Amino acid sequence: MLRVEHLTKTYQSGGRTLTVLDNVTFELQAGDTFAIVGPSGSGKTTLLGLCAGLDRASSGSVSLNNIRLDTLGEDERAAVRNQHVGFIFQNFQLLPTLTALENVMVPLELRGAKGAGRTAKELLDRVGLGQRGHHYPTQLSGGEQQRVSLARAFANRPKILFADEPTGNLDADTSETVVNLIFDLNREAGTTLVLVTHDAELAARTNRTIRIRGGAVVADTMSAATSITAPCQHPL
Amino acid sequence: MAWRDSRRSRQRLFLFMSSIVLGIAALVGINSFGDNLARSIDEQARELLGADLTLSWGKTIDRPTSQFLQTMGRARSYEASFASMTFFPKMGGVRLAQIKAIDGGFPYYGNWEMQPALAVNTFRQAQKTNRRIALVDDALLVQFGAAVGDSVKVGAINFLIAGRVLKTPGQAAIATTVAPTVFIPAKLLPKTGLVQPGSRVNYKYYYQFAVNTDVDALVKRIDPRLDKAGITHDTVARRKEQTGRAFDDLTKFLNLVAFVALLLGCVGVASAVHLYVREKVSAVAVLRCLGASGRQAFLIYLIQTAGMGLMGAVLGALLGSVVQLYLPQVFGSFLPVTVSTAISWQAVGQGVATGLFIAVLFALLPLLVIRNVSPLRTLRSGYEEDTSQRDTLRWVVYALIVLFIVGFAYWQTKNWKLAVGFTGGLALAFGVLTGMGRLLMVLVRRFFPVSWSFVWRQSLASLYRPQNQTLTLIISIGLGAFLMATLYLTQNLLLGRVAFSASGNQPNMVLFDIQNEQQAGVKALLAKHNLPTLQEVPVVTMRLTEINGHTAEAIKKDTALHIPQSAFSREFRVTYRDSLIGSEKLAAGKAPHLDNGMPYISLDKDYLARLKLKLGDTLLFDVQGAPMQTIVGGMRTVDWQRVQSNFLVVFPAGVLEQAPQFRVLMTRVPDTKVSATFQRDLVVKFPNVSAIDLGLVLKTVDELLDKVSFVIRFMALFSIITGLLVLASSVVISRYQRMQESVLLRTLGASRRQILQINAIEYLLLGALAALSGIVLALGGTWALARFVFEAPFSPDFTPLLIVAGTVTALTIVIGLFNSRAVLTRPPLEVLRAEG
Repeated sequence: MLRVEHLTKTYQSGGRTLTVLDNVTFELQAGDTFAIVGPSGSGKTTLLGLCAGLDRASSGSVSLNNIRLDTLGEDERAAVRNQHVGFIFQNFQLLPTLTALENVMVPLELRGAKGAGRTAKELLDRVGLGQRGHHYPTQLSGGEQQRVSLARAFANRPKILFADEPTGNLDADTSETVVNLIFDLNREAGTTLVLVTHDAELAARTNRTIRIRGGAVVADTMSAATSITAPCQHPL
Repeated sequence: MAWRDSRRSRQRLFLFMSSIVLGIAALVGINSFGDNLARSIDEQARELLGADLTLSWGKTIDRPTSQFLQTMGRARSYEASFASMTFFPKMGGVRLAQIKAIDGGFPYYGNWEMQPALAVNTFRQAQKTNRRIALVDDALLVQFGAAVGDSVKVGAINFLIAGRVLKTPGQAAIATTVAPTVFIPAKLLPKTGLVQPGSRVNYKYYYQFAVNTDVDALVKRIDPRLDKAGITHDTVARRKEQTGRAFDDLTKFLNLVAFVALLLGCVGVASAVHLYVREKVSAVAVLRCLGASGRQAFLIYLIQTAGMGLMGAVLGALLGSVVQLYLPQVFGSFLPVTVSTAISWQAVGQGVATGLFIAVLFALLPLLVIRNVSPLRTLRSGYEEDTSQRDTLRWVVYALIVLFIVGFAYWQTKNWKLAVGFTGGLALAFGVLTGMGRLLMVLVRRFFPVSWSFVWRQSLASLYRPQNQTLTLIISIGLGAFLMATLYLTQNLLLGRVAFSASGNQPNMVLFDIQNEQQAGVKALLAKHNLPTLQEVPVVTMRLTEINGHTAEAIKKDTALHIPQSAFSREFRVTYRDSLIGSEKLAAGKAPHLDNGMPYISLDKDYLARLKLKLGDTLLFDVQGAPMQTIVGGMRTVDWQRVQSNFLVVFPAGVLEQAPQFRVLMTRVPDTKVSATFQRDLVVKFPNVSAIDLGLVLKTVDELLDKVSFVIRFMALFSIITGLLVLASSVVISRYQRMQESVLLRTLGASRRQILQINAIEYLLLGALAALSGIVLALGGTWALARFVFEAPFSPDFTPLLIVAGTVTALTIVIGLFNSRAVLTRPPLEVLRAEG
């Protein structure tokens, strides 16, 4: 489902080259759940962005559903994201001018899908917000906004779901509800899940975790207690 | 702290302060131009008159007075001027023109601008040799494609055109549009056969005195004698004062137009500072946590905006100083003197002070919020109670803004009524545009088209999104469009009014100065060209000598009477009949009639009011030497716009039949070709008879309005560009929010095209709505003008309005997209980066 090979990302800063990701390689199968953990500034978000086709790598390649993202233009990658990828963000990232229902409809409408309203309504029902569809984001609590965001992420029946600190802005109880929903929906849809998190408990619920430090993978842990220590630069 | 805090936002702060640059530039430009013009008028005052003194009269003066006039001055020139037909035989063109028969060395100061320059000398020699030489205004030659070396027929004589007159001293070039002039040697005037009994001729002497002569004192000494003889005078000081006052009024009016541009910029400043403050609220909360008082926090941002306001004002003043270099070209043909340009430090100082003050005043409104920002915000991001509460200081700022606008308008007009009217009008325009903007947002929300495509719905939603700029843009761009559209509509209204009077079977050509013995011949000529005689009116010239037994002198002494002296100096052209005509309505009393041999005359209602007269008052007229006692027997309202022979005074039939008189005939020509052929025949057979063709009037009005509206359009441009600058800065300021949205949409899979479409449609809607709001306001305003001022039917031409709407909308889209292009190029990864 997701193949990352020798992925490196560098930036030019103040006349010197800054390596944010250094030769990262891994592969995920359909239905895998996968966590990326590490301290702030370690390159987690950069790795997630490159995997999702939100940015271009300096070297290496990313294949998503057997599509090489590094060979595509921005609009082609946008089309891939729309068809195969779902996103959940720490700050929910709902459009403030649209209602909850309309926010869920956006990915469907962008691809011109028919019956967007009906599908969005079903998804809102699934996340327990069927009655709040006409509310604007500002009228919803943080947990509710994240559930809307979750419904939107699944609107296109994505093959892979990227979640960036999905519980970072939520209290413990709400986090539990949202996390359960993420894993439930993931299981129901057979989606691959890629999580970036600081939360060790949340990472532990995935079947594989990689730890990043200074742009390099320093640990790769399978839930079956298989552990491979760094450097990890080859497909597992 | 203010300096340090602004480090990362200086570029943006300056951008929104740039909204005031054009307003200040317009103010400084106009004021500098006004100062330069006043100085140039001072320097070239004598050239305005071309002499030290001019004396003018219209009626025959007695011999002693005539001899007295010929003893004054070191040098003098004589001029007789009147309107007459001119004929260009080579091209066959005929037109009514001003004929000036001159004898002497006029102008004594300043020069005739002439092609070739030597033609002035040729003309002066011709005055002595009686050579048939004429100098002709450029406008007239251009109209008929005539050139120096061709001939022009004035009355019975053919003159050789020796020079093309580009500018006469003291006369603005625009004057030739209204009445182009042909200058001929005075000694040849009798041979033209144009001056007949009853002809309206104005005579003038131009005097040059020895250096150091106190002309004003001289005039004061001889004034009673001149007054008695009906001679009016014009001195350099008086002309300077009149010209200066006229242009002072003009620059003040244009200053008010420039001030509107500045106010628009200030609306932009207030809106931008509002957004800026919203972004800074968390920083303020941190400062409050660290112990800063509300006042300290407020001052930090007040100093920032004042600093940027000062920069904007200085930049505007610089730009204005450059703009004023080009203003003499904009005013071009309106200027009676050559304006030399120099920087007016007074105008620059005033502009900078005005800009700084008003920018701070408008920025105060959103800045006041900072005083109340709670430190609690550092802990609770959703805390909003501190900034949402009502603040009484806001009303103080509103009052200050209104006071400043009224004060500024008063400073310009020195008239409280006008100042309050200007502020009220402005408030009304702002109010209507704000109302339309709000209505639009409510309508979009209520009738949101849920079935439309996502791209359209997203664009529409942007109109009322949080921190939207809809109102600001509708006000600023709408006001600019309003000014432009009003100009077009008013111009068309005035033209339409003239054209309307020519519709149907109304007369469209007036023939006047027809002597009694020519009457039958002219009618026969009309018949020969198959033209009808629609109206035939006798005209008798006379002067008023007594009102209710009081002479002009008595009335002048008795200030309690308040009767204007002009009543006695004017030559009345009077007709006689017993009934009213189509263009008249009886307002009071009766139609002209005879009662026991006493003529009861009828006066125009407004003129009666101007002379402070009432029904039953007695008026004594001097009918070319014969006194005639009359009683005011009625008053009429007269539609002066109708092409009819309208009169201030109408006598009854039966008293003036034997007086020296001429006739006016009215006809209707079907087209310009027939009109030209007929006028050619007329000028050949009856050279003293003049024809006014409505087509020519229309053309003249059109040219005049074109030139006037160009100046105002130039000023309106400042408002439009300010509106677009406000648009550009508000797009840049709200770019962060747009970027967030667009990046999110791109993350969710939107293509560049879709993002571009969403942005383009939003700007299309904003631009079109702003333009339409402005046009609706202009339609309302012009309708009111048509209904209450011009009393004319209002049927606007929508083509220019569509052009205004299209241009404003296109500019809005282009500027909007240009400034938001960064949204399209940002990688979607930013959506993750924004997470912190």
